[in-house]
Amino acid sequence: MAYETIIGLEVHAQLKTRAKIFCGCSTEFGGPPNGHTCPVCLGMPGVLPVLNREVVNFALKTGLALNCRINPFSRFARKNYFYPDLPKGYQISQYEHPLCEEGFLNIDVDGEQKRIGITRIHMEEDAGKNVHGEPGDPYSYVDLNRTGVPLMEIVSEPDLRSPREAAAYMRKLRTIVRYLEVCDGNMEQGSLRCDANISLRRVGESALGVRTELKNMNSFKHVEKALEYEVRRQARVLNEGESIVQETRLWDVERGVTLSMRGKEEAHDYRYFPDPDLVPLQVDAAWIEEIRASLPELPDEKMQRFMTAYGLPQYDAEVLTVSRELSDYFEACNRAAEAPKSVSNWIMGDLLRECKGDDEALAHCPVKPEMLAGMIRMIEQGTISGKIAKTVFGEMLKTGKTPEVIVQEKNLVQVTDEGAIAGLVDRVIGDHPEQVAQYRDGKEKVFGFLVGQVMKASRGKANPAAVNKLLKEKL
Amino acid sequence: MKITRGQVEHVAHLARLALRDEEIAEFTGQLDAILAYVDKLNELETDDVEPTAHVIPMGNVVREDAVGEGLLIEDVLANAPGRKDRFFRVPRIL
Repeated sequence: MAYETIIGLEVHAQLKTRAKIFCGCSTEFGGPPNGHTCPVCLGMPGVLPVLNREVVNFALKTGLALNCRINPFSRFARKNYFYPDLPKGYQISQYEHPLCEEGFLNIDVDGEQKRIGITRIHMEEDAGKNVHGEPGDPYSYVDLNRTGVPLMEIVSEPDLRSPREAAAYMRKLRTIVRYLEVCDGNMEQGSLRCDANISLRRVGESALGVRTELKNMNSFKHVEKALEYEVRRQARVLNEGESIVQETRLWDVERGVTLSMRGKEEAHDYRYFPDPDLVPLQVDAAWIEEIRASLPELPDEKMQRFMTAYGLPQYDAEVLTVSRELSDYFEACNRAAEAPKSVSNWIMGDLLRECKGDDEALAHCPVKPEMLAGMIRMIEQGTISGKIAKTVFGEMLKTGKTPEVIVQEKNLVQVTDEGAIAGLVDRVIGDHPEQVAQYRDGKEKVFGFLVGQVMKASRGKANPAAVNKLLKEKL
Repeated sequence: MKITRGQVEHVAHLARLALRDEEIAEFTGQLDAILAYVDKLNELETDDVEPTAHVIPMGNVVREDAVGEGLLIEDVLANAPGRKDRFFRVPRIL
């Protein structure tokens, strides 16, 4: 039986504000347990939450970047449930009037662009953290430092049709929130979390099938793997003539399977109602325009500009604009080198191999943009060969010295003086009579070997074009 | 509006209240009477009335994104039913 996969994602992004959403406690990660708490986030009686304006700014930025409609009237609601990490017995969230609605973002999968709808973006507070003791310990332990840390929940339409599209959507979303500097996007540490709703339906049918909700996928790879597993599992259940149970399932990283979280699914009954402690939020046109004016150039626009302004292929433009840091590196380097394709090649090849797509590593990389630019200029001017440049790059990485200093210290300047090269060519011809004879008999392939020998004799410094020319002449 | 015994049991469960049988019967009657009273409001014509967002007519009460002092750990845990080091201690969850 052929099925179509339907996926919608709910993403929680931790906002990078200094203080919590409704009180002045620090949002810093990893403080001493319960060290960042106060009567408000502890849920003590008689306190009043007051909204952190920056949380609204960050959510507005994201809403605008994701082409959403900003609701002029929005308010907070209480979502009621009991759990030890939720001291008030309710989470302050948004329900009927979220801040942003009806947006979209574009993803690229296999060279095809696809628009994915955004249903809504709302603001809410995070819960605390439960720590479980050794097996046999009858207690659990609660740290409320994370309680009240601002979150933004971004809900997509069920527009994703494969696990790959879901992963592409997550990557794009991460790129955007990082460009906006509203979230650090770290999935492993939980500052970007993803729940997925997934169902299958027979090809050609229009009604949606029964869905399951997947949780606990803390990397892009796991999002894709968990969804792939769930597609196979649901297809198997349906093929056996059984029906899918609507339930929450957890991704088990170790075993690579999804497992039912509850034996018997209880319908959620959160009894949302407007939080009387918080007054409504009104966002007028002036506020929206202020935020719009503060938006940076976004990944899609930047990619287009890299293609038109620098003449880069789409692939290069996409790789270079995956983060602001990397695109800034490219532009700084190219300003000095003025050779976009070469700069792009060196960044995508040697530099990213060292920095492994990690912006932290890029920031600490000893090879600064001006250094790479200096090296590329030396190649363009014929001072060093592309081969020698690999050595120079390795030295820059190791020592942090400028390419000019390295080339001088190691005496790596390319030899273009024909007299010097001619001497090496003569020596190689003299040392390899057999190969020379073969070449003269018409075995053209031997030529490459002889060029190699001359280059080796010059320790890579001879100008390859000059070597080719002189060798041809002398043979 | 007729409140049923089942609805009272459901709401009591959500609120983690353990009610005795006679209490369920008592509250079913009380809740029914309260809702019948409030139901009177449905007699009013409210089609042209803007829903009240908040009883205090104000909006946009916000604070700056500034970190302030929290509580000392002894004050944080002072009323906790149980503690261990700097943690609240609760019956095992998982």
